[in-house]
Amino acid sequence: MVKSAFKKIYTFLIFLFLYAPIIVLIIFSFNESKSRAHWTGFTFKWYIEMFRDRQIMSSLYYTITIALTASIIATVLGTIAALGIYYMKKTPRTIMINLTYLPVLNPDIVTGISLMLLFILMKFQRGFFSMLIAHITFNLPYVILSVMPKLKQLDNYLYDAALDLGATPTYAFRKVVLPQIAPGIFTGFLLAMTMSIDDFVISFFTTGPGVSNLAITIYSMARKGVSPKINAVLSIMFAGVILMLLIINNRMSRDNGRKENVV
Amino acid sequence: MKKHLMAYPYALWMLIFTIIPLALILVYSVITIDDAGIHFTLDHFRRVFEPIYLAVFWRSIKIATISTIICLILGYPMAMILASKNLSKKSILVVLFVIPMWMNFLARTYAWMTLLERNGLIATIIGYFGIQLPSLLYTENTVILGMVYNFLPFMVLPVYSVLVKIDKAVLEAAEDLGATPFIVFRRVIFPLSLPGVSSGIIMVFMPALTTFVISRLLGGAHFTLIGNLIEQQFLTTMDWGFGSALSVVLMLIIILSMGFAMRYEKENQGGGLW
Amino acid sequence: MKRILKSLMAFTLAVSMILGLAGCQGEKRPQLKVYNWGDYIDYSVIDEFEEKYNIDVIYDEFATNEEMYAKIKAGADDYDILIPSDYTIKRMIDEDMLHKIDFNNIPNYKYIDDRFKNLAFDPNNEYSVPYMWGTVGILYNKNMVKETVDSWKILWDDKYSKQILMLDSLRDSIGITLKMLGYSLNTKDDEELEEAKEMLIKQKPLVLAYVGDEVKDKMIGGEAALAVVWSGDAVYMKRENSDLEYVVPKEGSNIWFDSIVIPKTSQNKKEAELFINFLCDPEIAYRNTDYIGYSTPNKEALKLLPEEVTSDKTAYPDESILADCEVFEDLADSLVKYDRIWTEVKAQ
Repeated sequence: MVKSAFKKIYTFLIFLFLYAPIIVLIIFSFNESKSRAHWTGFTFKWYIEMFRDRQIMSSLYYTITIALTASIIATVLGTIAALGIYYMKKTPRTIMINLTYLPVLNPDIVTGISLMLLFILMKFQRGFFSMLIAHITFNLPYVILSVMPKLKQLDNYLYDAALDLGATPTYAFRKVVLPQIAPGIFTGFLLAMTMSIDDFVISFFTTGPGVSNLAITIYSMARKGVSPKINAVLSIMFAGVILMLLIINNRMSRDNGRKENVV
Repeated sequence: MKKHLMAYPYALWMLIFTIIPLALILVYSVITIDDAGIHFTLDHFRRVFEPIYLAVFWRSIKIATISTIICLILGYPMAMILASKNLSKKSILVVLFVIPMWMNFLARTYAWMTLLERNGLIATIIGYFGIQLPSLLYTENTVILGMVYNFLPFMVLPVYSVLVKIDKAVLEAAEDLGATPFIVFRRVIFPLSLPGVSSGIIMVFMPALTTFVISRLLGGAHFTLIGNLIEQQFLTTMDWGFGSALSVVLMLIIILSMGFAMRYEKENQGGGLW
Repeated sequence: MKRILKSLMAFTLAVSMILGLAGCQGEKRPQLKVYNWGDYIDYSVIDEFEEKYNIDVIYDEFATNEEMYAKIKAGADDYDILIPSDYTIKRMIDEDMLHKIDFNNIPNYKYIDDRFKNLAFDPNNEYSVPYMWGTVGILYNKNMVKETVDSWKILWDDKYSKQILMLDSLRDSIGITLKMLGYSLNTKDDEELEEAKEMLIKQKPLVLAYVGDEVKDKMIGGEAALAVVWSGDAVYMKRENSDLEYVVPKEGSNIWFDSIVIPKTSQNKKEAELFINFLCDPEIAYRNTDYIGYSTPNKEALKLLPEEVTSDKTAYPDESILADCEVFEDLADSLVKYDRIWTEVKAQ
């Protein structure tokens, strides 16, 4: 009893810590003044102006498209790679895992500039696709690093047993291995998505004319003051994600209910 | 079936988009370009080892280490709580952990400033109780706070993802054999979660070591960190050679310290991440 | 898991379709790629230009001169128009990165005040057309600073310990220190620089923070008494908080320009010149100035601005004050010295 109360309080405090700035950010999206130093009155005007702002709307579009595409590709490619690495012999495995860490430990500015140099050397037109490639590149390690620990916990006998019982390798993989590493894949996807949405430096150096994400727009605004329109965009994104979560949660609990009924 | 072949597309990708760009950096770190052409030089590396830059390295490592330890202390219990929840709530909670990071980094950091300023929300609220707070913003602790805030999910998620996989039967067996909860934790749960912990440590320590925006905005740029120094070389002074040398040394430091951590783990556990 | 992915995909698809529709355009028109500071133009001006000349404008924004320069220098992106600051323009001229502008195509150039032609970074005025200008000075809060502020020395006064905001920019911070000591802010003299370094190290304990763009919210919110700021920002801050006052110290200061240039990578020089001419049109320049709030070099646009704006000494100081102000020059190899000083100050 005491223990569960403690757990609840601890969870609450951690979430308070994580969400305090988000709450501030949402509150200030309703602030009349352009500055966050003053509260001058309640307004919806930033939400209206936001939709009229061509720069913000197009960067929102690129942020979402690039983040989703990059993290989906990185998740698929990364999971396959993690499996491959897992089945490698010891030495190549060590090399591959070490390589995987490299992009994470490289400072963003170095990754950004070096990728830009590479694209220029290859005469690769910079724009949507160069930025997408850059995002996939820095997302991959997060997926692999999330999936690898799960693979290590994998019970190999289960897979062999499935094969012995006549399952095809693909079927056995889908029914035995995949469910076991699914949480790792999911975590990897989430992390990839997160890194992608928030990245400024690497995106800045790898994109071309006409393509910028929200982070680039926000940083470039800083000189004249980040407009509350940005708070409005972020608040709407936040509301959208929460809404989506509620829907998924609803569905899942309904599915779980159905399963239980069958059992 | 040769399963290890599955890693090859990734290996190719890495070769093109990581190894070659890194090689470019390595090249930049040992050349100078002047009117006469390109020369080989070790001057950039020599400069890295001047006391003033070593001091910056040392401070960065110190702050990143403290942040990582705090993340581990705060994050591990959180991961355990998450892992113990029943299934339907679990993935939602995990997602909730990551969503704050989807709100732009700069916007979030500005929001922290609104909270921590002299006339900020926290000082105002506490001020109602008649307590005067010392300056919350622009100290080394504020920088650490910013790092913990930003990188905590990178600790919680890998640890959580390993903890959920631990077989409940093992824990029950330990309890049946008379182990106290503490002993179960120390002898069973913690060792089993080590792969997640080491992933977490790496994922927190590395970005903490290279970030430059946090120390600039929350630390008031009083504390130059290695990330600031590298950024300054690439953007302000345009000294790409020195900047590259700094990042090469930084990478070596991280690889060495990781190698050390991993070896320790291997002895304990028989095969860690490496 | 699969279901989550499916919902995610459906969500993106929906969002991208909604957003995509807004951005759809049919026929092919000549293009002009413009690279400017964030929020540094009245966006309706772009629409008007597109309509009037039947040219598509691809408009991008950058956050600092340095980021923009690094990108252009590395050979990225074929922009047609850039709007960098003075010292960056100098560097780009020296490195042969800019086209000479054909001023026959810019008849509206005649509206630019003669004071702002032939500036130090472009002595024969071949490469650049001024867009906005301003000074660097001290912004102070009248409730916290009771004495008259007229010298940089006040930033070294113990009374204001932890009440001072400096700029986290090596050129600006070292520059004003040099000015205070009576030297040029473009000096390459080791002794003068050494002296400036000592002063900055001495000042460090008094400084609350070295800030960038956050300075605006800080000063409006009364978080500090004194700050080094750009005049354009000072106008905005004074409007938001009437306790604030701006002064250019008597020792002189930095006067800066953001000017329009055409990089060598441009493939549409004609259209670029058309755009520059358009921006120099008094009516258009007036609208941009009104939106941005910085000072315009366009003397006809100035006449269109309301009296209360043009009489404000913050944006349009007297001639005598400007006489002591210097433009930043590109330091070339000496920049390393400045960087070294700044690192030593900050690493203390």
